[in-house]
Amino acid sequence: MRNLRLNSDSRRAARGDRAGALIRTGRILSRLGYLDEQFCQVEDLQDEASPNFAEEVATLFFKDSARLISNVEQALEKYPKDFNRWDAYMQQLKGSCSSIGASRMKSECMSFRDYCGQGNVEGCMRSFHKVKREHGALRQKLEAYFQLLRQAGPAGAATRPGM
Amino acid sequence: MEVTAAAGACCRGRGDHHAGEEERSSAKVVVPVGSDGAEVEPCVIAVDDSSVDRALVTALLRRSKYRVTAVDSGKRALEILGSEPNVSMIITDYWMPEMTGYDLLKKVKESSKLKQIPVVIMSSENVPTRITRCLEEGAEDFLLKPVRPSDISRITTRMLLH
Repeated sequence: MRNLRLNSDSRRAARGDRAGALIRTGRILSRLGYLDEQFCQVEDLQDEASPNFAEEVATLFFKDSARLISNVEQALEKYPKDFNRWDAYMQQLKGSCSSIGASRMKSECMSFRDYCGQGNVEGCMRSFHKVKREHGALRQKLEAYFQLLRQAGPAGAATRPGM
Repeated sequence: MEVTAAAGACCRGRGDHHAGEEERSSAKVVVPVGSDGAEVEPCVIAVDDSSVDRALVTALLRRSKYRVTAVDSGKRALEILGSEPNVSMIITDYWMPEMTGYDLLKKVKESSKLKQIPVVIMSSENVPTRITRCLEEGAEDFLLKPVRPSDISRITTRMLLH
Protein backbone atom coordinates (compact mmCIF):
# COMPACT_ATOMS: atom_id res chain seq x y z
CA MET A 1 0.00 0.00 0.00
CA ARG A 2 2.86 2.34 0.88
CA ASN A 3 4.51 1.58 -2.48
CA LEU A 4 1.28 2.27 -4.33
CA ARG A 5 1.01 5.60 -2.53
CA LEU A 6 4.59 6.43 -3.43
CA ASN A 7 3.92 5.58 -7.10
CA SER A 8 0.81 7.72 -7.06
CA ASP A 9 2.77 10.57 -5.44
CA SER A 10 5.53 10.19 -8.03
CA ARG A 11 3.04 10.35 -10.86
CA ARG A 12 1.39 13.42 -9.36
CA ALA A 13 4.79 15.06 -8.97
CA ALA A 14 5.68 14.27 -12.58
CA ARG A 15 2.41 15.80 -13.80
CA GLY A 16 3.07 18.82 -11.68
CA ASP A 17 6.56 19.16 -13.15
CA ARG A 18 5.20 18.97 -16.70
CA ALA A 19 2.45 21.48 -15.97
CA GLY A 20 5.01 23.79 -14.41
CA ALA A 21 7.30 23.46 -17.42
CA LEU A 22 4.35 24.19 -19.68
CA ILE A 23 3.49 27.36 -17.77
CA ARG A 24 7.11 28.49 -17.74
CA THR A 25 7.49 27.88 -21.48
CA GLY A 26 4.30 29.76 -22.27
CA ARG A 27 5.36 32.75 -20.18
CA ILE A 28 8.82 32.77 -21.72
CA LEU A 29 7.36 32.82 -25.22
CA SER A 30 5.18 35.74 -24.24
CA ARG A 31 7.73 37.75 -22.21
CA LEU A 32 10.40 37.42 -24.86
CA GLY A 33 7.89 38.72 -27.38
CA TYR A 34 7.80 35.67 -29.59
CA LEU A 35 4.02 35.51 -29.36
CA ASP A 36 1.40 38.08 -28.59
CA GLU A 37 -2.23 38.05 -27.52
CA GLN A 38 -3.37 36.84 -30.95
CA PHE A 39 -1.89 33.43 -30.14
CA CYS A 40 -4.19 33.29 -27.11
CA GLN A 41 -7.11 33.95 -29.47
CA VAL A 42 -5.97 30.99 -31.58
CA GLU A 43 -5.74 28.76 -28.51
CA ASP A 44 -9.18 29.91 -27.39
CA LEU A 45 -10.63 28.42 -30.56
CA GLN A 46 -9.70 24.95 -29.34
CA ASP A 47 -12.59 22.81 -28.20
CA GLU A 48 -13.57 19.17 -27.95
CA ALA A 49 -14.08 18.95 -31.70
CA SER A 50 -10.66 20.54 -32.40
CA PRO A 51 -8.47 19.87 -29.34
CA ASN A 52 -5.21 20.49 -31.25
CA PHE A 53 -6.38 23.49 -33.26
CA ALA A 54 -3.51 25.77 -32.19
CA GLU A 55 -0.91 23.19 -33.18
CA GLU A 56 -2.67 22.60 -36.50
CA VAL A 57 -2.67 26.33 -37.22
CA ALA A 58 1.00 26.56 -36.23
CA THR A 59 1.78 23.74 -38.65
CA LEU A 60 -0.07 25.57 -41.42
CA PHE A 61 1.80 28.75 -40.52
CA PHE A 62 5.24 27.16 -40.75
CA LYS A 63 4.37 25.49 -44.06
CA ASP A 64 3.06 28.76 -45.46
CA SER A 65 5.83 30.93 -44.05
CA ALA A 66 8.57 28.64 -45.38
CA ARG A 67 7.10 29.08 -48.85
CA LEU A 68 6.74 32.84 -48.45
CA ILE A 69 10.31 33.19 -47.16
CA SER A 70 11.49 31.22 -50.17
CA ASN A 71 9.53 33.60 -52.43
CA VAL A 72 11.26 36.60 -50.86
CA GLU A 73 14.67 34.90 -51.14
CA GLN A 74 14.15 34.18 -54.82
CA ALA A 75 12.88 37.70 -55.47
CA LEU A 76 15.96 39.19 -53.77
CA GLU A 77 18.13 37.11 -56.07
CA LYS A 78 16.25 37.33 -59.35
CA TYR A 79 14.86 40.87 -59.18
CA PRO A 80 17.57 43.19 -57.86
CA LYS A 81 16.27 46.43 -56.37
CA ASP A 82 12.68 45.54 -57.25
CA PHE A 83 11.48 46.95 -53.92
CA ASN A 84 7.80 46.81 -54.90
CA ARG A 85 8.01 43.10 -55.58
CA TRP A 86 10.06 42.44 -52.44
CA ASP A 87 7.56 44.45 -50.40
CA ALA A 88 4.57 42.61 -51.86
CA TYR A 89 6.00 39.22 -50.92
CA MET A 90 6.96 40.40 -47.43
CA GLN A 91 3.47 41.83 -46.93
CA GLN A 92 2.04 38.32 -47.28
CA LEU A 93 4.48 36.95 -44.72
CA LYS A 94 3.74 39.78 -42.32
CA GLY A 95 0.02 39.06 -42.61
CA SER A 96 0.59 35.43 -41.77
CA CYS A 97 2.68 36.40 -38.73
CA SER A 98 -0.12 38.70 -37.52
CA SER A 99 -2.69 35.96 -37.80
CA ILE A 100 -0.84 33.59 -35.50
CA GLY A 101 0.56 36.24 -33.17
CA ALA A 102 4.22 35.83 -34.16
CA SER A 103 5.11 39.31 -32.92
CA ARG A 104 8.92 39.30 -33.18
CA MET A 105 8.83 37.87 -36.66
CA LYS A 106 6.17 40.38 -37.66
CA SER A 107 8.33 43.20 -36.35
CA GLU A 108 11.24 42.13 -38.56
CA CYS A 109 8.89 41.87 -41.55
CA MET A 110 7.85 45.46 -40.91
CA SER A 111 11.52 46.55 -40.75
CA PHE A 112 12.10 44.90 -44.11
CA ARG A 113 9.13 46.76 -45.61
CA ASP A 114 10.41 50.03 -44.16
CA TYR A 115 13.76 49.45 -45.85
CA CYS A 116 11.94 48.68 -49.12
CA GLY A 117 10.21 52.01 -48.78
CA GLN A 118 13.59 53.69 -48.34
CA GLY A 119 15.12 51.84 -51.27
CA ASN A 120 17.79 50.49 -48.92
CA VAL A 121 19.12 47.18 -50.28
CA GLU A 122 21.52 46.54 -47.44
CA GLY A 123 18.83 47.22 -44.87
CA CYS A 124 16.51 44.80 -46.66
CA MET A 125 19.13 42.08 -46.67
CA ARG A 126 19.90 42.58 -42.99
CA SER A 127 16.29 42.52 -41.92
CA PHE A 128 15.51 39.53 -44.13
CA HIS A 129 18.28 37.65 -42.37
CA LYS A 130 16.60 38.56 -39.06
CA VAL A 131 13.21 37.40 -40.37
CA LYS A 132 14.69 33.99 -41.12
CA ARG A 133 16.39 33.84 -37.75
CA GLU A 134 13.18 34.69 -35.88
CA HIS A 135 11.31 32.14 -37.99
CA GLY A 136 13.74 29.40 -36.96
CA ALA A 137 13.66 30.43 -33.30
CA LEU A 138 9.87 30.52 -33.19
CA ARG A 139 9.59 27.13 -34.82
CA GLN A 140 11.92 25.65 -32.18
CA LYS A 141 10.08 27.24 -29.28
CA LEU A 142 6.61 26.32 -30.50
CA GLU A 143 7.66 22.74 -31.17
CA ALA A 144 8.88 22.52 -27.57
CA TYR A 145 5.67 24.14 -26.29
CA PHE A 146 3.39 21.76 -28.16
CA GLN A 147 5.45 18.78 -27.10
CA LEU A 148 5.00 19.83 -23.47
CA LEU A 149 1.29 20.23 -24.10
CA ARG A 150 1.06 16.72 -25.47
CA GLN A 151 2.95 15.35 -22.48
CA ALA A 152 0.81 17.28 -20.03
CA GLY A 153 -2.33 15.79 -21.60
CA PRO A 154 -5.86 17.09 -21.01
CA ALA A 155 -5.06 18.26 -17.46
CA GLY A 156 -2.22 20.35 -18.79
CA ALA A 157 -4.41 21.73 -21.54
CA ALA A 158 -6.94 22.80 -18.95
CA THR A 159 -4.31 24.78 -17.06
CA ARG A 160 -2.65 26.23 -20.18
CA PRO A 161 -0.88 29.47 -19.29
CA GLY A 162 -2.50 32.68 -20.38
CA MET A 163 0.03 34.49 -22.49
CA MET B 1 -46.84 23.40 -39.94
CA GLU B 2 -43.99 24.89 -37.94
CA VAL B 3 -41.04 26.91 -39.08
CA THR B 4 -37.66 25.39 -38.43
CA ALA B 5 -35.06 28.07 -39.05
CA ALA B 6 -31.59 26.96 -37.92
CA ALA B 7 -29.73 29.04 -35.34
CA GLY B 8 -27.59 31.68 -37.06
CA ALA B 9 -29.28 31.01 -40.38
CA CYS B 10 -30.09 33.68 -42.85
CA CYS B 11 -32.79 32.16 -44.99
CA ARG B 12 -32.72 33.45 -48.51
CA GLY B 13 -35.03 32.14 -51.16
CA ARG B 14 -33.47 31.83 -54.60
CA GLY B 15 -35.25 31.56 -57.89
CA ASP B 16 -33.35 28.44 -58.97
CA HIS B 17 -34.48 26.34 -55.98
CA HIS B 18 -37.76 24.97 -54.94
CA ALA B 19 -38.77 26.76 -51.75
CA GLY B 20 -41.25 25.51 -49.22
CA GLU B 21 -43.32 28.10 -47.43
CA GLU B 22 -44.40 27.48 -43.86
CA GLU B 23 -46.15 29.64 -41.33
CA ARG B 24 -45.91 30.18 -37.60
CA SER B 25 -48.37 32.68 -36.12
CA SER B 26 -48.03 35.82 -38.26
CA ALA B 27 -44.49 35.18 -39.51
CA LYS B 28 -43.81 33.75 -42.94
CA VAL B 29 -40.30 32.38 -43.39
CA VAL B 30 -38.99 30.98 -46.64
CA VAL B 31 -36.81 27.95 -45.95
CA PRO B 32 -34.99 26.70 -49.04
CA VAL B 33 -35.37 23.00 -49.70
CA GLY B 34 -33.48 20.69 -52.00
CA SER B 35 -35.02 18.52 -54.70
CA ASP B 36 -35.61 15.78 -52.11
CA GLY B 37 -37.63 18.13 -49.93
CA ALA B 38 -35.02 18.30 -47.13
CA GLU B 39 -34.09 21.73 -45.78
CA VAL B 40 -30.76 23.04 -47.02
CA GLU B 41 -28.67 24.40 -44.16
CA PRO B 42 -27.31 27.88 -44.93
CA CYS B 43 -23.59 28.18 -45.32
CA VAL B 44 -20.90 30.81 -45.40
CA ILE B 45 -18.24 30.80 -48.08
CA ALA B 46 -14.87 31.88 -46.71
CA VAL B 47 -12.32 32.93 -49.33
CA ASP B 48 -8.62 33.42 -48.53
CA ASP B 49 -5.40 32.35 -50.21
CA SER B 50 -3.75 32.03 -46.77
CA SER B 51 -4.32 28.60 -45.24
CA VAL B 52 -3.78 30.08 -41.75
CA ASP B 53 -6.47 32.71 -42.22
CA ARG B 54 -8.86 30.19 -43.80
CA ALA B 55 -8.48 27.96 -40.76
CA LEU B 56 -9.01 30.84 -38.32
CA VAL B 57 -12.05 32.40 -39.98
CA THR B 58 -13.60 28.96 -40.47
CA ALA B 59 -13.17 28.16 -36.78
CA LEU B 60 -14.65 31.53 -35.77
CA LEU B 61 -17.69 31.04 -38.02
CA ARG B 62 -18.26 27.45 -36.93
CA ARG B 63 -18.24 28.67 -33.34
CA SER B 64 -21.20 30.82 -34.39
CA LYS B 65 -22.85 27.61 -35.66
CA TYR B 66 -22.44 28.33 -39.36
CA ARG B 67 -21.67 25.67 -41.91
CA VAL B 68 -18.55 26.88 -43.71
CA THR B 69 -17.05 26.15 -47.09
CA ALA B 70 -13.51 27.54 -47.27
CA VAL B 71 -11.78 28.08 -50.61
CA ASP B 72 -8.48 29.61 -51.64
CA SER B 73 -9.52 31.81 -54.55
CA GLY B 74 -12.27 34.01 -55.94
CA LYS B 75 -12.52 31.77 -58.99
CA ARG B 76 -13.18 28.74 -56.78
CA ALA B 77 -15.72 30.74 -54.77
CA LEU B 78 -17.68 31.55 -57.94
CA GLU B 79 -17.71 27.85 -58.85
CA ILE B 80 -19.13 26.99 -55.43
CA LEU B 81 -21.70 29.79 -55.68
CA GLY B 82 -22.97 28.19 -58.86
CA SER B 83 -23.77 24.95 -57.06
CA GLU B 84 -24.25 25.71 -53.36
CA PRO B 85 -28.01 26.15 -52.77
CA ASN B 86 -28.11 28.32 -49.68
CA VAL B 87 -25.27 30.76 -49.18
CA SER B 88 -25.99 33.22 -46.38
CA MET B 89 -22.75 35.19 -46.63
CA ILE B 90 -19.42 35.44 -48.41
CA ILE B 91 -16.42 36.52 -46.36
CA THR B 92 -13.35 37.15 -48.47
CA ASP B 93 -9.82 38.40 -48.15
CA TYR B 94 -9.15 41.54 -50.17
CA TRP B 95 -5.69 40.82 -51.48
CA MET B 96 -5.52 37.54 -53.41
CA PRO B 97 -3.66 36.62 -56.58
CA GLU B 98 -5.57 36.60 -59.91
CA MET B 99 -8.91 37.73 -58.47
CA THR B 100 -8.99 40.12 -55.54
CA GLY B 101 -11.77 40.18 -52.99
CA TYR B 102 -12.93 43.42 -54.59
CA ASP B 103 -13.16 41.70 -58.01
CA LEU B 104 -15.17 38.91 -56.41
CA LEU B 105 -17.45 41.45 -54.72
CA LYS B 106 -18.11 43.16 -58.07
CA LYS B 107 -18.94 39.88 -59.79
CA VAL B 108 -21.34 38.93 -57.01
CA LYS B 109 -23.09 42.31 -57.08
CA GLU B 110 -23.33 42.27 -60.87
CA SER B 111 -25.09 38.90 -60.84
CA SER B 112 -28.89 38.87 -60.59
CA LYS B 113 -28.73 35.48 -58.85
CA LEU B 114 -25.99 36.35 -56.36
CA LYS B 115 -26.33 40.06 -55.66
CA GLN B 116 -28.45 39.64 -52.54
CA ILE B 117 -25.75 37.60 -50.79
CA PRO B 118 -23.95 39.81 -48.24
CA VAL B 119 -20.21 40.08 -48.87
CA VAL B 120 -17.74 40.94 -46.12
CA ILE B 121 -14.18 41.92 -47.01
CA MET B 122 -11.13 41.23 -44.81
CA SER B 123 -7.74 42.86 -45.11
CA SER B 124 -4.54 43.04 -43.08
CA GLU B 125 -4.05 46.66 -44.21
CA ASN B 126 -6.03 49.65 -43.08
CA VAL B 127 -6.31 51.58 -46.33
CA PRO B 128 -9.22 54.05 -46.16
CA THR B 129 -9.63 54.33 -49.94
CA ARG B 130 -9.78 50.54 -50.20
CA ILE B 131 -12.42 50.35 -47.47
CA THR B 132 -14.50 53.09 -49.07
CA ARG B 133 -14.29 51.49 -52.50
CA CYS B 134 -15.51 48.15 -51.16
CA LEU B 135 -18.37 49.64 -49.17
CA GLU B 136 -19.45 51.72 -52.17
CA GLU B 137 -19.45 48.59 -54.30
CA GLY B 138 -21.88 47.02 -51.84
CA ALA B 139 -19.75 45.23 -49.27
CA GLU B 140 -21.62 44.63 -46.06
CA ASP B 141 -18.61 45.25 -43.85
CA PHE B 142 -14.84 45.53 -43.92
CA LEU B 143 -12.83 43.70 -41.26
CA LEU B 144 -9.19 44.24 -40.38
CA LYS B 145 -7.16 41.11 -39.86
CA PRO B 146 -6.58 39.34 -37.61
CA VAL B 147 -10.33 38.85 -37.39
CA ARG B 148 -11.66 38.63 -33.84
CA PRO B 149 -14.64 36.81 -32.37
CA SER B 150 -16.30 40.21 -31.79
CA ASP B 151 -16.03 40.96 -35.54
CA ILE B 152 -17.79 37.70 -36.37
CA SER B 153 -20.48 38.36 -33.73
CA ARG B 154 -21.14 41.76 -35.24
CA ILE B 155 -21.54 40.55 -38.81
CA THR B 156 -23.51 37.43 -37.95
CA THR B 157 -25.93 39.47 -35.84
CA ARG B 158 -26.42 41.77 -38.80
CA MET B 159 -27.05 38.78 -41.08
CA LEU B 160 -29.81 37.58 -38.76
CA LEU B 161 -31.55 40.91 -39.19
CA HIS B 162 -31.49 40.69 -43.01
